[in-house]
Amino acid sequence: MTQRFRLPSGGIVDRTQPIAFEFDGTRYEGYAGDTLASALLANGVHLVGRSFKYHRPRGIFSAGTEEPNALVQLGVGANTEPNTRATTTPLRDGLVAAPQNCWPSVRFDVGRMADVLSPILPAGFYYKTFKWPASPKWWMRYEHFIRRAAGMGHAAREPDPARYDHQYAHCDVLVVGAGAAGLAAARRAAESGASVIVCQQSPRWAMQFGDGNAAVDAVAPARWIDDASTALAASPDVTLLANTTAFGYYDANLVGAIERRADDGASSPRQRLWMIRAKAVVLASGALERGIAYANNDLPGTMLAGSAAIYARRYGVRVGTRAVVFTNNDSAYAAALALHDAGVDVAAIVDARDEGAVARRTDERLRAANIPVHGNALVMAAHGNDRVSRVDVTSHAGQRIASIDCDVVAVSGGYSPTVHLFSQARGRLRYDTRTASFVPDRSPMAIVTAGAVNGYCSARTAIDEGAAAADEALALAGSETVHGGRRSARDVGAPQAAPFDGEARLRVEPLWSVPAPRGAKCFVDLQNDVTVRDVELARSEGYQAVEHLKRYTTLGMGTDQGKTSNVAGIGLMARALDVPLDVVGTTTFRPPYTPVTLGALPGIHHGAHVEPVRRSAMHDWHAAHGARFVDAGLWKRPHSYPRPGESEDDAANREARNVRENAGIVDVSTLGKIELQGRDVAEFLNRVYINRWDNLQVGRCRYGVMLREDGIVRDDGTTSRLDTTHYLMTTTTANAGAIMQTIERLLSIDWPDLDVYATSVTEQWAAAAVSGPKSRDVLARVVDIDVSNEGFPFLAVAPCNVRIAQGTIPARLFRMSYSGELAYEVHVPADRGREMWEAVLAAGEPFGIMPYGTEAMSTLRIEKGHVVIGSEIDGRTTAFDLGMEKLVNPNKWCIGKPLLARPALTSPDRWQLVGLCAESGERVPRGAKIVADPDAPAPVPMHGHVTSWCYSPNVGAWIALALVSRGRERHGEKVWAVSPLANEKVQVTIQAPVFIDPAGERLRG
Amino acid sequence: MMLIPCPWCGPRDQIEFTYGGDATVRRPASDAPEPEWVDYVYLRDNPCGPLDELWYHGAGCRSWFHVLRDTRTHEVLASAAIGEPFAPGEG
Repeated sequence: MTQRFRLPSGGIVDRTQPIAFEFDGTRYEGYAGDTLASALLANGVHLVGRSFKYHRPRGIFSAGTEEPNALVQLGVGANTEPNTRATTTPLRDGLVAAPQNCWPSVRFDVGRMADVLSPILPAGFYYKTFKWPASPKWWMRYEHFIRRAAGMGHAAREPDPARYDHQYAHCDVLVVGAGAAGLAAARRAAESGASVIVCQQSPRWAMQFGDGNAAVDAVAPARWIDDASTALAASPDVTLLANTTAFGYYDANLVGAIERRADDGASSPRQRLWMIRAKAVVLASGALERGIAYANNDLPGTMLAGSAAIYARRYGVRVGTRAVVFTNNDSAYAAALALHDAGVDVAAIVDARDEGAVARRTDERLRAANIPVHGNALVMAAHGNDRVSRVDVTSHAGQRIASIDCDVVAVSGGYSPTVHLFSQARGRLRYDTRTASFVPDRSPMAIVTAGAVNGYCSARTAIDEGAAAADEALALAGSETVHGGRRSARDVGAPQAAPFDGEARLRVEPLWSVPAPRGAKCFVDLQNDVTVRDVELARSEGYQAVEHLKRYTTLGMGTDQGKTSNVAGIGLMARALDVPLDVVGTTTFRPPYTPVTLGALPGIHHGAHVEPVRRSAMHDWHAAHGARFVDAGLWKRPHSYPRPGESEDDAANREARNVRENAGIVDVSTLGKIELQGRDVAEFLNRVYINRWDNLQVGRCRYGVMLREDGIVRDDGTTSRLDTTHYLMTTTTANAGAIMQTIERLLSIDWPDLDVYATSVTEQWAAAAVSGPKSRDVLARVVDIDVSNEGFPFLAVAPCNVRIAQGTIPARLFRMSYSGELAYEVHVPADRGREMWEAVLAAGEPFGIMPYGTEAMSTLRIEKGHVVIGSEIDGRTTAFDLGMEKLVNPNKWCIGKPLLARPALTSPDRWQLVGLCAESGERVPRGAKIVADPDAPAPVPMHGHVTSWCYSPNVGAWIALALVSRGRERHGEKVWAVSPLANEKVQVTIQAPVFIDPAGERLRG
Repeated sequence: MMLIPCPWCGPRDQIEFTYGGDATVRRPASDAPEPEWVDYVYLRDNPCGPLDELWYHGAGCRSWFHVLRDTRTHEVLASAAIGEPFAPGEG
């Protein structure tokens, strides 16, 4: 358990707090403050995984979010998480991680065969398999193996036990990234009194700045960071979010961020999704180093130079014993010195630039360290098996200069600014030849950039830009209009880049790859195994646009989205096409910047918390009396009330039979209820319903049908005239909200001249329907008005009182029927619903009243041929199809009527509503189609389909409603209802869609 | 997610609203010929730039109102209650 490569001192790790962890079945030890990657490197472990396509051995390449290689399967069981970057995973006690994409082990991997076969696995080979070999049968077979061979980690099979939280926040200025630039910006903004949120993906502030020791204004970095963070923490209106990655930039300056909390299984919530609405954003997201492609530049031990330095300075880890530094810019010299200081033998700096550029850097410290520098030179190839052992150094022309033994290659191809959020903010990018990178240009959003995101820069420059960016952001935030959510200034770009004084910004001579011999693998994109040759192949096969390049070669895909490879890929394509890089351009940067745990997106909104639950006032009574509930939109409705030992179907049949024989009561509180008041309600109803309303008398109600604008039936319900200018409309449960919305729109926009006011009162009233031949006897005992057929005829409406044990409840009584029996509806204020329900039940006891649920209600309405939304009113049927053409009043206009006469809606071949009866007693299968001959060869001509079906206890057979072509002419015809899926069929007879009391005498009696 | 300025409730997240389409479309007269109705029901322009459109604040005041939105950028330039002009200086 020795940490052989740990330095005795230095860095942020706490050597007094050892932490035990396990990787690939072996136990190791690290320190508090380590990442999994730094702890592995401290133990000399570089080989951590196999590559995606060729299964080549791969090591830790970086020290941060850009990591393409070191993706591990973290944790076990329900807590396991695939593709976790070892470089950003904080080490904690008992951590268990496993390498990915290798079998049986990371050292001996069968999949390595793919590397040998690589000549037949070029870019786009997967797509080529679609064309050759030609047989789809074969493709189905080997596609399976391709998928299994190429892969990442595996998702947990168990539900995620962790909790995730959401947090909305608003601020004047959001600072993304708390490096030197971000802290300077936050401090300036806070000093102005603005509300500020700072989010920073690492656990500490300005880690990179803190790694160094270059004083700014004679203040050491550690001191400067301490001062800034202390000042911010003491500011009243500043929220500091560490371990928080801003991953997406959305409309109107909404930034999504993920806050990661201790991942120990005990902390709750595990992560928090922040949705931050900022008046202005300062983007100080920094820059990411990139590599250079040479032969075998993927061998473990190959690492970004800046990252190698980070391991030395931040974590006190030597990344090897002997290093070669390969660079095209100055930053790697500081990295070389950091390695030297950490006790790594820096064998050479190989600088691709000419001797003049190099001479500038042969300063005292380098000479004192005795580090040889090869100018005008390249690392042409690396050698080794599971670790770099030697590199070949050549001239640009390929002439051998040296062959150097080493176990680390620290490479720097320059820095690519982290422009992802800027680009998502519709910011335009500009190729900056000085830093050989794409930098922010202009965005129409209120976003200002500062620091290395404008091109790698010194801490001094970053701090100055941060303060300047804060001033600009404050101006943008202040100019925002209160209502508009927009600012008056437009197209504010990045601040003018500081003059190029050599130190302020890092000058880079672009070098994307070395001229390695053909056949050598020079990787551009390590995560997706994309080589220089693959890019050239894409070009020669015509995939030259940058988006095509990405899709064809997979360059820039995967969990890292090409953070270390995109610009190099663009550079290689530009070189192949012989055009400047900005002509090739970048692919679109889309959220998320880094992978986001799926559980964080829904937060607590899963399971029972996806949607709110609506319960009627009688819900508790239903639950206490054995109701099985069914979802109707957000509502919970009783399906049936099974008695002990009774199935749900038997219960529903008993309930339906009892309504026809005695009386039943059903909770209909869920129906949409809209009160309409005003002088012009009758005219309004005339316009929204197909039937006539201006002759409806006070104290009467009527059934109405609404159409969509295109003439298709939309909804049905009743409207009652309670008083001269006071009406109550009911809608279906499902459409209640949408109809209300339409009414609001019609009244405010289309017909503002109508004197009509609409109010949704669905929640305000509890409602029960009392149905059955004995319902009058029941009602007579609980209401205080005359309910005789003369005193209260069919379609009457009246206010009344419901008698309860002590006192009365004010109510509205309606005589309307859905079941086809003598029936009433009782509406009472919602908070009195249960009292009313129990009073009716008590009064009905001598008459055999039973509660019934939606299943019995459905059986009763199918027996009567009443159509419902979703089954017969399916968004395709007209009033004529449903047999309701007589309702369409010819003498007035209504919504949908102008388009009703179109030929397709009046064709005689249309499917029309019919009833079906299976006289054999057999079951009508679920989802059945209507055919003339079930044994006809496929495709069997379809005559229609079943829309609703049930066993009718009152008919004593399976019955159904169906839409059948020319159905009305075909009563008496025998057809087949078939379900090929269930392999069921039954012969049925077409008849009129009414099975009980066709003359409708019961409901009027 | 857009920030939509409801004339009655102030700026609110888009999730509280329902889109109502092009506000400049007018319902034809009840006796208009069928092609005019086909136009009204089915055909919409797809303008590039500021569009006067209707939104419904279903999770708020339940009002319909006008929003002037740039279809290229989702930038909300102004809003107005039904029957009111867009506030001057807001697009």
